[in-house]
Amino acid sequence: MQEFETIEVTTDLLIIGPGMAGSGACVEAAHWAKENNIKVTVVDKAAMERSGAVAMGLSAINQYQGDNTPVDYLSYVRQDLMGLCRDDLVMDISRHVNGTVHMFEGFGLPIWKDAEGNYVHEGRWQLMINGESYKAIVAEAAKTAVGMDNIIERVFIVKLLLDKNDKNRVAGAIGFSVRENKFYVFKFKACIVSAGGAVHVFRPRSTGEGLGRAWYPPWNAGSSSYLTTTAGAEMSSQEVVFITGRFKDGYGPVGAWFLLFKATATSASGFDYMGQGLAEGGELHNWPPYGKVKPIPTCLRNHLMMIEMYKKGDGPILIHTDKAIAKIAEKAPDEKTYKRELKKLEAEAWEDFLDMTISQAVLWASKDVYPEKGPSEIMPSEPYFIGSHSGASGAWTSGPEDLQTGDSKNEYFWGYNRMTTVKGLFAAGDGVGNSSHKFSSGSFTEGRIAAKAAVKFCVENTAMPQIDPAVVEKLKKDIVAPLKLYEEHAKYTTLGTATKKYALPVEEVNPNYITPKMAMFRLNKIMDEYVAGWGSQYNCSKMTLGIALDLLKLLKEDLSKLAARNLHELLRCWENVHRTQIAEAHARHKLFREETRWPGYYYRKDFPKLDEEKWGNVFVNSVYDEEKDEFKMFTRPKLKLVDIKKVVGM
Amino acid sequence: MPSFVINEKCDGCKGGDKTACLYICPNDLMVLDEERMKAYNAEPDMCWECYNCVKICPTQAIEVRGYADFTPLGASVMPMRGSEDIMWTVKFRSGMIKRFKFPIRTVPEGNVKPDGGFGVGPGTLADQLLFTEPASLKADKLWTLSDAGRE
Repeated sequence: MQEFETIEVTTDLLIIGPGMAGSGACVEAAHWAKENNIKVTVVDKAAMERSGAVAMGLSAINQYQGDNTPVDYLSYVRQDLMGLCRDDLVMDISRHVNGTVHMFEGFGLPIWKDAEGNYVHEGRWQLMINGESYKAIVAEAAKTAVGMDNIIERVFIVKLLLDKNDKNRVAGAIGFSVRENKFYVFKFKACIVSAGGAVHVFRPRSTGEGLGRAWYPPWNAGSSSYLTTTAGAEMSSQEVVFITGRFKDGYGPVGAWFLLFKATATSASGFDYMGQGLAEGGELHNWPPYGKVKPIPTCLRNHLMMIEMYKKGDGPILIHTDKAIAKIAEKAPDEKTYKRELKKLEAEAWEDFLDMTISQAVLWASKDVYPEKGPSEIMPSEPYFIGSHSGASGAWTSGPEDLQTGDSKNEYFWGYNRMTTVKGLFAAGDGVGNSSHKFSSGSFTEGRIAAKAAVKFCVENTAMPQIDPAVVEKLKKDIVAPLKLYEEHAKYTTLGTATKKYALPVEEVNPNYITPKMAMFRLNKIMDEYVAGWGSQYNCSKMTLGIALDLLKLLKEDLSKLAARNLHELLRCWENVHRTQIAEAHARHKLFREETRWPGYYYRKDFPKLDEEKWGNVFVNSVYDEEKDEFKMFTRPKLKLVDIKKVVGM
Repeated sequence: MPSFVINEKCDGCKGGDKTACLYICPNDLMVLDEERMKAYNAEPDMCWECYNCVKICPTQAIEVRGYADFTPLGASVMPMRGSEDIMWTVKFRSGMIKRFKFPIRTVPEGNVKPDGGFGVGPGTLADQLLFTEPASLKADKLWTLSDAGRE
């Protein structure tokens, strides 16, 4: 194996993962750092211009407050997550988010405006944009703020390093270049982990060439969760996944069709499952108080769909695009107006796909789909971990000081906004738990909030923590072990000795190791079949979760036998180590919460109902002890910081 | 295979310091075969079809063929991304063609100001104001908990 050079980078603040949240962190950190003589460095496993969840683009900004208040937004988020969110974190983003959206407009993001110059809303909180270049534009602001000299691209962070004298203090990070034989060792006073959510933990719907076509991007490998968890940070709501109902196979957005065109959805036989679910005596009334109030929580909308598909066998679920278009035609005064109106709507519908899920456009073109001629199928996705949407998994962080009550100050505030329970370790975006529904604009906002607090931390904690060189040396060995293992054993088989195999993505069979792709498939199968993926129709129980944990233990042992043929595969090896950590945490959290709080995300078949008394006012949290490989499970109180009189809808 | 590279059109960006598709792919899928000076997608089943390689390729050598496990053959969706807008050509399996043009940015590349034009506000490290606030909020002040119920 070729030698690896070590690059050491000493800085004050390291931003790990400049997607939307990390880009916000760059913009904000750069200002405060300059004022306080603090050095900021950024590390990205891809190219910042198109990294993170918004790499393809987006067709809407999903969080804008406008004239609504933070309490209004909280009412919506608390309702959508079946009661469980951190009020302080949600209101904190809400109060700042207008500023972020106005800045995006200043950066040059085209936001739709009406004739009077007001933003065009898709819903109460959602703005329509021409978002093909959304990430490129935001990244340009972030790069300009921090300076290209301080940005390191194509380096994957494997692990955080702790202070050798204080195990509750972060001191550095270690990773490797995916392009050159180089280790990177970062030493810093503080870092912000904004390294995305997790995809391909559960088996996706397509497993052939379409394996990569998940709704959330395949490069979200659970790194935020892994980095904070293995540093010993307290994690929260790891049981809360997000499942989304999207156009079948392409996972194209349905928002424009539902919100702009007022399309309806039914079961195959035409049952209006949403309308009937809401009506007196309907299914939603089995999930009080959340099911009784509009807007229907995301999980319950899935739940209604799943009853039709799996309980009644009345699938597929159809979205009636044809009827929505016909209704628009009916309203038009004449043929000419109708044609003009239809052309405009058609362009809007296609832009929705082309801005953010081009695959869906490819699929409609390939299947000759004409939305005005008939309905299309929608389908619930596999589960994802995404703290920024209608999910909640992530680190347990401090909130802002001024949004606390007397009680909450003891529970939710420890000095620095968005700092985890490990000193100097901050999180943002998908990295923060119970701070849901922030989407792209709120994630950028949360990155800004975390960055200001992290600079403050650097100013107030001037001593540089010390990393243990012995730990670094051991990690270097561990990091390249898959390359070494391959080299040692490849020649045992005929395929391993074949020339030109690198030209093709061929999986090698060898009893001495496991390839990263097969490790991922093994993880996907365990999670899908025992931890409530689509293959088990989203059901699990104490027994199935127990089986999963036994299988995950074996998988974790075998991860030490991962083999990589090149740096790209080394990246895949470590991504799957990251995925497996959140998989286990997730199974343990699911096991601990003995109820079904988010039907439509998962069902505990042995505890099939909401248990408001026991579980309605607590978050499930965990702390991982890496030395013992043990999770400590416990609850934290959900405190209501304000009274919600009325739930404000979409 | 999600994104693919047309042999005849790819010149590997002449082996410059950054082959465009290798530079941009968010999932590290593109590989440059330096002997032939041709790039290829080495892990098509981890492709998200984000089209960033298609959009950035200077010789228009990269296209997308929809995921073979559920996409019938014959259609194509191709972008032409300019400095201000993007033009899409959607060719259906039936042969029908639809074209769409959308703006992509209102500030030319290279001219983005990190403060979004709002300047630096009065905040300090001790308070809750982000550096562009309150101007960027287009409000007089930042909301706090004691404002709840007063609106």
